[in-house]
Amino acid sequence: MGLFSKKSKEVFVTPLLGNNPVTMQILGICSALAVTAKLEPALVMGISVTIIVALSNVVISLMRNTIPSRIRIIVQLVVVAALVTIVSQVLKAFAYDVSVQLSVYVGLIITNCILMGRLEAFAMGNSPWDSLLDGLGNGFGYAMILVIVAFIRELLGSGTLLGFTIIPQCAYEAGYLNNGLMLMPPMALIIIGCIIWVQRSKNPEL
Amino acid sequence: MAAKEFKCKVCGYIHKGDKAPDVCPVCGAPASEFEEIKKGFDTNGNAYTIIYASIVVIVVAFLLAFVSGALKSKQDENVVLDKKKQILSSLNVDIKSCADPAAEYAKCVKGEWILNCYGDVVDSTGGFAIEVSKENSKPLEERQLPLYVCEKDGAVKYVVPVRGAGLWGPIWGYISLDSDMSTVFGVYFSHESETPGLGAEITQPKFKEPFKGKHISRNGEFTSIEVVKPGKTFEDADYVDGVSGGTMTSQGVNAMLKQGIGQYVGFFNKEVK
Repeated sequence: MGLFSKKSKEVFVTPLLGNNPVTMQILGICSALAVTAKLEPALVMGISVTIIVALSNVVISLMRNTIPSRIRIIVQLVVVAALVTIVSQVLKAFAYDVSVQLSVYVGLIITNCILMGRLEAFAMGNSPWDSLLDGLGNGFGYAMILVIVAFIRELLGSGTLLGFTIIPQCAYEAGYLNNGLMLMPPMALIIIGCIIWVQRSKNPEL
Repeated sequence: MAAKEFKCKVCGYIHKGDKAPDVCPVCGAPASEFEEIKKGFDTNGNAYTIIYASIVVIVVAFLLAFVSGALKSKQDENVVLDKKKQILSSLNVDIKSCADPAAEYAKCVKGEWILNCYGDVVDSTGGFAIEVSKENSKPLEERQLPLYVCEKDGAVKYVVPVRGAGLWGPIWGYISLDSDMSTVFGVYFSHESETPGLGAEITQPKFKEPFKGKHISRNGEFTSIEVVKPGKTFEDADYVDGVSGGTMTSQGVNAMLKQGIGQYVGFFNKEVK
């Protein structure tokens, strides 16, 4: 098996569209609601989750043949919790502003269903290299949905993107109003629902 | 008993022999899809499980202790620097364009005093180390109130730290006053977990700017500054607009200002007279 064999490529690409963890497996929805009111925290959250899924996938894949099956979930949790704590400590030491901005959400990555889902479904039965690709693929798939939702919510809810004003002042003078509902968590659910709708109607196989 | 066992990753067929078969007899997968089943000790035994769990926990504990120990000093530095930046920011110093906030802080802040609630200066140093969150849980008479005496553009400013409760968690801020102890020179607000886009807007210039030039007292009486619903007015004190959609957080700021600045009234009265 080469480094970029057909299977490896498939492992990386399918979670991006065909089997996206958020829109197809409906995992990680809580954090998708919580951090998507603005684009910037959504980006940082997407990157953090990608790094942690990829790393924990590799670690669990390396340990997979030694883990006693009766306590495998606990072992997975310990590995994930340790990695998240390390990432959060490193952020505090070297990127203090970002860690302040993400506050509790970094810690909550531990409870993100995507992580446990990938560890249990993939890393326990596949080689470290494939697990790394699978982790990256799922992380990017998750980040992609977060960014799309945050883009829509920030643009329509605050009229800005990454903090820069996009909707011109003259639009407000002509009577345009920011949609306050966009900033509420239910709107994230509705947008994700719309994305799932579009995705399913484009692809009749699903 | 055959020497080795191979399992087909596609269908789960188990082949016994020295090496994997060329083609899986069940599903036709090639030899590369076969994985050798390692036969070691029993990984499901109780003793193995307990020892494994203990080792994992000990390794992780050492790892985390090591990371925490290695990064502690760096993190503490960040916390101190962040606090200095917050104080500077209440003095209208543009933090983003400031190359060395620590040096700027040393230049601006002349004194870190500790006051008591009667307005006496208990100590003229050490105010920086005081945590307002801890002081707020003590009885008023025992509180140590930090006050930063600063110099900005040749004029003396006083910076008062305040801390209160927002909707989801703590909110805090720094209020800088002119030497008349009434006119607001600048403010800084931050929060731990207010809703992004709603309550969290208290950190934005749109909310902070209107505070400038407002007065915390009228005719020598402390009135605080009211945070009102946007569009409303207030008779008995200066007021600013709250955050629309962030009513609970705005009320939190209102209460925080009343309580936080109110503690310093004794000192203000003494200084002005």
